[in-house]
Amino acid sequence: MAEKKEIIPRKHPMPSQDPLERIRNFNEVALGYDEETAVAEAKRCLQCKKEPCRQGCPVEVDIPAFIRLVAQRDFAGAIKKIKEKNALPAVCGRVCPQENQCEKYCTLGKKHEPVGIGRLERFCADWELARGVQPQEVAPPTGFKVAVVGSGPAGLTCAADLAKLGHRVTIFEALHVAGGVLMYGIPEFRLPKRVVQAEIENLKKLGVEIVTNAVVGKFATVDDLMEEEGFDAVFIGTGAGLPYFMNIPGENSCGVYSANEFLTRTNLMKAYLFPEWDTPIKVGRKVAVIGGGNVAMDAARTALRLGAEESWIVYRRSEKELPARHEEVEHAKEEGIKFAFLTNPVRILADENGWVKGMECLRYELGEPDESGRRRPVPIPGSEFVMEVDTVVVAIGQAPNPLVPRTTRGLELGKKGNIVADPQTGATSKPGVFAGGDVVTGAATVILAMGAGRVAARSIHDYLMKKKA
Amino acid sequence: MFKILDKQVFSPVIKQMIIEAPRVARRCQPGQFVILRIHEEGERIPLTIADFDREKGTITIVFQEVGKTTRQLGTLEAGDYIRDFVGPLGTPSHIENFGTVICVGGGVGIAPVFPIARALKEAGNHVISIIGARTRDLLFWEDRMREVSSELFVTTDDGSYVRKGFVTDVLKEVIEDRGKDNINLVLAIGPQPMMRACCDVTRDYGIKTIVSLNALMVDGTGMCGCCRVTVGGQTRFVCVDGPEFDGHQVDFAELARRSATFRAEEQRALERHTCQCGCGGGK
Repeated sequence: MAEKKEIIPRKHPMPSQDPLERIRNFNEVALGYDEETAVAEAKRCLQCKKEPCRQGCPVEVDIPAFIRLVAQRDFAGAIKKIKEKNALPAVCGRVCPQENQCEKYCTLGKKHEPVGIGRLERFCADWELARGVQPQEVAPPTGFKVAVVGSGPAGLTCAADLAKLGHRVTIFEALHVAGGVLMYGIPEFRLPKRVVQAEIENLKKLGVEIVTNAVVGKFATVDDLMEEEGFDAVFIGTGAGLPYFMNIPGENSCGVYSANEFLTRTNLMKAYLFPEWDTPIKVGRKVAVIGGGNVAMDAARTALRLGAEESWIVYRRSEKELPARHEEVEHAKEEGIKFAFLTNPVRILADENGWVKGMECLRYELGEPDESGRRRPVPIPGSEFVMEVDTVVVAIGQAPNPLVPRTTRGLELGKKGNIVADPQTGATSKPGVFAGGDVVTGAATVILAMGAGRVAARSIHDYLMKKKA
Repeated sequence: MFKILDKQVFSPVIKQMIIEAPRVARRCQPGQFVILRIHEEGERIPLTIADFDREKGTITIVFQEVGKTTRQLGTLEAGDYIRDFVGPLGTPSHIENFGTVICVGGGVGIAPVFPIARALKEAGNHVISIIGARTRDLLFWEDRMREVSSELFVTTDDGSYVRKGFVTDVLKEVIEDRGKDNINLVLAIGPQPMMRACCDVTRDYGIKTIVSLNALMVDGTGMCGCCRVTVGGQTRFVCVDGPEFDGHQVDFAELARRSATFRAEEQRALERHTCQCGCGGGK
């Protein structure tokens, strides 16, 4: 019987940049635990036998084991334990919605705050990145070649797992750097790009080759990769990179961006460093971001840092239905982001030069729950009003990018252009072709994409081994 | 990194480069484009593929220096490298035997017209090409265009070479001369006002006219919508749905407004680049 220990009811707080200061820079907001705090937080873990936290982790990290090692100050052992299952711990520790995953099931969380599992994972990953990463073991070469299309979280995870199993993996990435949404979408202040690149460098140490500037569907199709370039299997992890627009009048006015464009200019192209970097961005004084997800929060917070005086979230439901992570909403509020709930634009108004000068909006009330289980927003007739804004960012979601689905023969597609794949295996209707992440599910989370990458890696391995037999 | 194998200077502001890019060269088709980025801090800019050699694995680009990036590109020499070069992007030109086709190339737009005219000729079309530039110095590839055309007309705005006038003047004359029913298709590539003017000419005759739109772009793969344009009342993405569209359906006024979105910033970047006072420009 373990000794009865004193329970600390709350997580050790995460030091963070002061809100008034951080809205003037792109530096990371949350600063991470130091060793003492990490050990103290790790000691909060009850080390329960049933390990309920593990069921909440899509990549099945052995959470109690790594936390035990942190509590014993064996940080090298802890990160090794995490990396048995997770190829991108510095990323996951930062961007996973832990409140809906591992931490949701923490026994301590029933009466108190759960253990800060994400913060501890991040601590371990950062500890290792600061000291130089130890190469992981790789199985002897199998002689099989696998192509991974897309270098976002799904593709990176799948590639890492396959490389560890001894397969020769080549990732094809359309943009000029690998990382997908981790590079172009999630802002620097939430996920520093050097952290992403450091984790990608680790993958290269496993022998994964990354070819950037390679648009599959254009320079070669998936069929070409298999028939001409000799790949034995293909994993498609091309994500949900096709932005939805609202299809309302005035949407093509100057000053209206998709969140993808707004964030790509800022994050990937570093437009916040213009003119030292060449890509420009233009943000007015009053910015409206349409939508209520993490992407909307990211865009609204980015707008402030680019110099907007007011940055608004315009959302057609109420605060309770916001799909964004709780922590992101809190951070946004601390930074002074304003919220217009139960509001949606019906028309964008432009000045004589074609620039946005306002949005005609309707007010909404909540009706009966719809198929998503959330109460349906119903417009209130006659509630039109004009919101004066000079920049609009549309963050109402993304569809799967059609480039690969449309150019691959024999691939069954869903209604929204997504690839149909077996959730248990990642197998598509085309033999040897597997898929996972947002291109299958539609826009979801980083960790779910990673989980799908892991599942697919396992079945690609099985497929190849059967092929060999 | 992508090596510049050859560079030719057509005029102080129009330059041609042959780039080693085997993956692009293997599959590219007339009408497609590339996106390039010169260096780490660079922006991504689209350029239409002017020619390609599948065996040598090369792509030819012709560009006009209009801002910081193109000017900087112009300072590179054979043997230098371009950091990123991605393609082929966009939907290829629709090539078939239409009958008689007029291909109009204005200014630096002559370059992207070339591979399309060649493909149309190879498909059995009678290709009447009209090329024009503001002045003699800005005109290039007359010989190459002649090779791939059944007939070639040349014009300069200022009359410094061959004849004085706009490509639209020649377009109108050719249509009048041959009769509108004998022209099956017009293809026009060049500056936006020139393409718009060509469409205005052909609209009156009811001749279908294809234009290749040069909208602002970031990724060029359909993920951001920066290049969106209204065609026939619908929003389309130039980078994936185009760049070629039915010119009579294009909202050119909107395209022009959107193209000017970053004009002030572009000016600032160029001035900083040109400044020789040691302030950090000229990088």
